[in-house]
Amino acid sequence: MSSDTPAPEPQSQTLSLPEMEGGGASGLRAVLGGILSSWSARISAAVLLIIVLMSVFAPLVTSHDPIQLDPAIRLQPPSAAHLLGTDSYGRDMFARIVYGSRISLLVGAGTVIVALLFGMIIGVLTGYFRWVDAVLMRVMDGLMAIPGVLLAIALVAISGGTLVTVLVAIAVPEIPRVARMVRGVIMGVRNEPYVEAASVLGTGMWPMVWRHMLPNTVAPLIVQGTYIFAAAIMTESILSFLGAGIPPEIPSWGNMMADGRLYFLLKPELIFFPGVMVSLTVLSVNMLGDVLRDRLDPRMAKRL
Amino acid sequence: MTNQAETDLPVLSVRNVTIDTIPGGAKPIVRDISFDVRAGETVCVVGESGSGKSVTSMAMMGLLPKDALRVTGGQILLDGEDVLSVSEGRMRALRASKVSMVFQEPMTALNPVKTVGEQVDEVLRIHTKDSRAERRRKVLSMMERVHLPDVERIYRSYPHQLSGGQRQRIVIAMALILRPRLLLADEPTTALDVTTQKQILKLIKELQEEEGTAVVFVTHDFGVVSEIADRIVVMNRGDLVETGDCRQILSAPRQDYTRMLVSSVPSMQPRCAPLTDQPKVLEVVGLSKRYGKPGKSEVLAASDITFTVRKGEITGIIGESGSGKSTVARCVMRLTDPTEGAVVLQGQDIAPVRNLRAVRQKVQYIFQDPYRSLNPRRTIAQSLMEGLVNYGMPEREAREKAARTLELVNLPAAVMERYPHQFSGGQRQRIAIARAIVMEPDLLIADEAVSALDVSVQAQVLALFEDIRERTGISVLFITHDLRVAAQICNALVVMQKGCIVEQGATRDVLTNPSHPYTRALIDAAPAPDWDFQNFRPLPLAV
Repeated sequence: MSSDTPAPEPQSQTLSLPEMEGGGASGLRAVLGGILSSWSARISAAVLLIIVLMSVFAPLVTSHDPIQLDPAIRLQPPSAAHLLGTDSYGRDMFARIVYGSRISLLVGAGTVIVALLFGMIIGVLTGYFRWVDAVLMRVMDGLMAIPGVLLAIALVAISGGTLVTVLVAIAVPEIPRVARMVRGVIMGVRNEPYVEAASVLGTGMWPMVWRHMLPNTVAPLIVQGTYIFAAAIMTESILSFLGAGIPPEIPSWGNMMADGRLYFLLKPELIFFPGVMVSLTVLSVNMLGDVLRDRLDPRMAKRL
Repeated sequence: MTNQAETDLPVLSVRNVTIDTIPGGAKPIVRDISFDVRAGETVCVVGESGSGKSVTSMAMMGLLPKDALRVTGGQILLDGEDVLSVSEGRMRALRASKVSMVFQEPMTALNPVKTVGEQVDEVLRIHTKDSRAERRRKVLSMMERVHLPDVERIYRSYPHQLSGGQRQRIVIAMALILRPRLLLADEPTTALDVTTQKQILKLIKELQEEEGTAVVFVTHDFGVVSEIADRIVVMNRGDLVETGDCRQILSAPRQDYTRMLVSSVPSMQPRCAPLTDQPKVLEVVGLSKRYGKPGKSEVLAASDITFTVRKGEITGIIGESGSGKSTVARCVMRLTDPTEGAVVLQGQDIAPVRNLRAVRQKVQYIFQDPYRSLNPRRTIAQSLMEGLVNYGMPEREAREKAARTLELVNLPAAVMERYPHQFSGGQRQRIAIARAIVMEPDLLIADEAVSALDVSVQAQVLALFEDIRERTGISVLFITHDLRVAAQICNALVVMQKGCIVEQGATRDVLTNPSHPYTRALIDAAPAPDWDFQNFRPLPLAV
């Protein structure tokens, strides 16, 4: 074909092109906007928004210091000065809950990022190269065989309890699940004609993965991400409650529950308030995730 | 056999049927359809995709998806009884005993975990009071009537153990065992090879004559229509365009749409003369492809394949499913690595080449399914430019070139920023062709590139291939199962069967004077080989 090909004759057959509508790329955006049409999603989103705002503007929400000890006013009931009372060290419960949301959200988001990032890398490698698959997926199977909380406790015990190690410890057990999912998608699209078509056009491995394969994982990863987020907040609470989590001086909802355990019969609200916060957050994220999944994967929604 | 009085009343009478979506759309998807079918008569409902032909036949069986479609007007009378107003229970009794259906894909119509004998038996168990022994006798005799071999063994077989043709025979046995008055066949031979298709068509005809069954045959294939139809109902986008008897529609259609549809069917008359004086672009020498371990589990997908493609030549590889024609194409493209043999492209053997990038620029591939060969998330521009940019062309230049190429396939450059889902199947295939030729390859491989398209679109795409060949002098390796398509555009033909070439030569010679019995069988099996659809008349007798 030469470049000076004459322009074709005016078309004899009329082309009936469909009306310009939302393209494929904006499909995801439409879904994300569309989910707010459901009531459960709206309420969940509102609750999460409040919690996020609360954590970002914590110093404005409460004037109390969450870690300042004041034995003189320990175990006080809720009052005007201390909205939710004080704990066994005389720290303001409301301030601790507000600042605790920072930890929970940080752990949730951090875990999602770490788990998705490593899960994606491993998933792409195992999905693309058969020999890597044989080796890496066995390691993943091994990781999956150990209960997540147990593995996290072991990791924290080995590396010591700082925020970063706790975060990694919570993220590691989630990686195999993400890797499996990404691997499945990659293997599924590897034989799609459009992937073969791209290879016919001389597209190399990384552009192939980036342009033609990974976009297929976005929707399931968003859904998976919400579940990991919720699970991470739960696991952090469990670890802190067991004393294997974040250092006790850092206000986290799990630490608060651990502290309140001793006074549970006397002052049940010490566990009740942080417990409600964990439940609310996890429930909201999960509900949002369910709606997202229904929207992004309608087939799955019908089956459930 | 039925007597004269009975044949006067239509078995099926479709009256002013309108079918709409739920909730109702701007326009019902089937509008005011009326036709009759008499006992012993075959009526073909013909139309392209989206014509509403399948929806209409589903309505006759009371099988419309309840939450998506409903009949908003009209009657469907089966022996005078309106199937649209009967109860669920009555409809169940009617199905199988009075009206039954044969579907397109026999594998999905059968339960994979039950033997086919049990499945035919189930029909009798539900609808009759026969004893077990009686039922078994009836099932076996029905299996014999659909000409299944070794019926005792087939009775105990599972669907996956049978061939496609045998499965469709089982489905037909199930449909006809209760001797229904009406048989609905929705594209029953579309998924089958031509030779099998011919047998199945013959079987339906034979059983119909024995029982006096009325048959509604839904199809898109005018070749099949001309073989079996007594009368034809032509549908287009939900409207009934024209009805008439077979001969009249084929030789003197009244409506423009029917004229266009009939004349789009390629004739079996070879049109292109062989090119002998052009240089060779592709030479495949002794190519073989084996799968599995040598010895026990070895499968020979292609064996000792040798042929050439000259400059500006369209060479067709013809074969039924499993003949290895796609394997050969994939080996030439190096999407699959050949086990042995040479693929010589412009004098260079590319079979042992490890760096495929250099090879890929010279050969391009067009896939069968235009819905899956374009990445749905990328714009047309991105898809068209991908190859050019891969080989180092600056983006702006690539974009201009992509736009020019789009015009070459009769699409305006303005569509560049759209996504594939905004185009019809035919338009997508044009885009796929543009994506291939924008690379300026020496050789284009078209793997069943027009098989998934409606006939009218197929005719346009075939014309496009001709046009591109003329303008660019490109060589094309054209893989197809359809002899008519091959006759239209190929200069030379390679006929494959079970991984081997059985015959090759100029299209003219192969089609008019086949030397191998398999080629002859293929030609004989092609429906209506002697009708010149483009000119609405029989073909002049071959010399």
